Amino acid sequence: MIVRCIPLTTIEIRWHGRGGQGVVTANELLAGAALKEGKFIKAFPEFGPERMGAPIRAFTRLSDKPIMVHSQVYTPDMVVVIDATLLKQVNVLDGLKDEGQVVANFPDGKEKLSQIIGRSKNVHAVNATKIAMEEIGRPTTNTAMLGAVVKSLNFVSLDSVLEELESKFSTKFNKEVVAKNLKAVKRAYEEVD
Amino acid sequence: MADQLVFNGDQAIAYSWKQINPDVVASYPITPQTIIVENFSEFVANGEVDTEYVCAESEHSAMSLCIGASAAGARVATATASAGLAFMWEVLWIASAMRLPIVMSVANRALSGPINIHCDHSDAMGARDTGWVQMFGENVQEAYDDSLMSFRIAEDMKVRLPVMNCIDGFITTHALEKFIPMETADVKKYIGEYKPVRPLLDLIHPTTYGPFTMNDYYFEHKYQIHEAMQAALPVVRSTLNDFGQRTGRHYDVAEGYRTEDADYVIMAMGSTAGTLRYVVDQLRAEGHKVGSVKLRLFRPFPYEDVAKLLQGKKGVAVMDRAISMGSTGPMFPEVRSALYDAKDRPKLVNYVYGLGGRDVRTDELVGVFKQLMDGSAKTMNFMGVRV
Amino acid sequence: MADKKSKELPQGAMITEAGNAKNYETGSWRSKTPQVNKEKCTNCLFCWIYCPDNCIIVKDEKMSGFKLTHCKGCGICATQCPVKAITMKEEGA
Repeated sequence: MIVRCIPLTTIEIRWHGRGGQGVVTANELLAGAALKEGKFIKAFPEFGPERMGAPIRAFTRLSDKPIMVHSQVYTPDMVVVIDATLLKQVNVLDGLKDEGQVVANFPDGKEKLSQIIGRSKNVHAVNATKIAMEEIGRPTTNTAMLGAVVKSLNFVSLDSVLEELESKFSTKFNKEVVAKNLKAVKRAYEEVD
Repeated sequence: MADQLVFNGDQAIAYSWKQINPDVVASYPITPQTIIVENFSEFVANGEVDTEYVCAESEHSAMSLCIGASAAGARVATATASAGLAFMWEVLWIASAMRLPIVMSVANRALSGPINIHCDHSDAMGARDTGWVQMFGENVQEAYDDSLMSFRIAEDMKVRLPVMNCIDGFITTHALEKFIPMETADVKKYIGEYKPVRPLLDLIHPTTYGPFTMNDYYFEHKYQIHEAMQAALPVVRSTLNDFGQRTGRHYDVAEGYRTEDADYVIMAMGSTAGTLRYVVDQLRAEGHKVGSVKLRLFRPFPYEDVAKLLQGKKGVAVMDRAISMGSTGPMFPEVRSALYDAKDRPKLVNYVYGLGGRDVRTDELVGVFKQLMDGSAKTMNFMGVRV
Repeated sequence: MADKKSKELPQGAMITEAGNAKNYETGSWRSKTPQVNKEKCTNCLFCWIYCPDNCIIVKDEKMSGFKLTHCKGCGICATQCPVKAITMKEEGA
């Protein structure tokens, strides 16, 4: 059998976080939201014996076409940093495309963030820790970061993400927790600069 | 059409079992297969299936339980990986020798040592001679589709052999992808009622399974299994065709991608086959006449299909995600053998790659094509190892 | 017996005929033959219970001899007989 050629347009995202911070969950929610909009997706963590607190990575591919590449992401269109302490520990810019974006959980705005990482183009900061503390009451920043990612990415709608979060979280958490997380997503969506 | 879902490969396989509702599942969890049996045990606990679920104390026991249950007349599924499959090895032969249509998902993972949890095909390759049909899927959709088709192939009266459907550990088992399941009612219709052959529980036709045979009969029974394996090839082909007509997802035992006018071709199994197609597109855009072949069926080996796709090419690289140390990768000799009688044999080289989960980068695959095209590839090569 | 072709045999080495062990005449293996002294025998049928090849012939609840087509001459009956009514004689003696 001969398979015909399928051209590809794909957005690749690399997530940086620490074990236990919900990177994988945020990745899954983004993927689920993209599915709602008929996109093709591939979302996977950098597999290994995941340890609480250890730096971990996760990868997302979003596309209008079926996704063929199954390798890790080496030249991302977007890098997401969930934990600001990683900015100094890990080369988060590794392989980032020239036009690629950086979205980081960072308390002091994008100018300061640009200085630290040594890049000014397409850099977005959001104080996800503050948002999480105020809205959820604990520093689980993954949902807030998801809001910031959706805003910067402009590929999946906020409504799809909120819908996906509500349906996924409702099976695990009570209504109050779900509502708090929804609010965190919305706030980060508004506040990311 | 059923709703689209975002599942990882393991979840997709568990979901297929839920729709099939096998009579017995006996298993022992092992990374990266664990999610399959974890999810399925939830379906059992929730009463969503009425499967008799047995937590075995080892893989050897799990397969032995499957064999007993299958001989008793049950539709049986299980899953394993790596050391678990190795531990089953002895009993795998018994499952095929008793002609039991057990379906097993294998989440391909390297074998120790050093101990490693990531993907390569050493586990399944170690079981290639056991009389099991072996299929390799590329992604989550294929994990699900292969799982469904495995039951049809195994239970076909011309085959009646156990089937292993393999997917790449972590790369497919743990990656979320969009996939389209069949409606459960359609699955039930597709898989149909299980028809046991002389089950132990049929007291009107008492049957003895697993007798001792000496040099006077052992050989004849092994020949029977080989014949059934030969018969499996057209059955797999027609099963894939039929599945394509039902779902619009068309598969083949060996799938060529832009091979028709290609001069240089790379052949691989599992997830690498997808990455390869992307690389082929890249190089085609630069004007190189390249193509790729995805091998889906490793046992029985589709020699004629492979020869048809590869003969007349200038160069072919066979990518093996396993190595027979002191020899080559296990697929290479098969492909060479397939092409020996071909009219126009290509230059044929072997690349061993991706052992222990070493990531398969697109730029490395481009490198393999380049070496193939400029003639610098040796007969045996390695991709991605620091020498 | 050992001349059936692969396609003539049941698939999966199944034995599909119940009790076909009777076609395998293990009596040819015998080097010693059991003999019973019915004057000593109390018909307790221990020999019938212990015989691994089902070779003790019982008629009207009485032990009445051996099925020599299948008796391998193992001597378990002689060993188990509580009144020593069974003895093993050299084959051909």
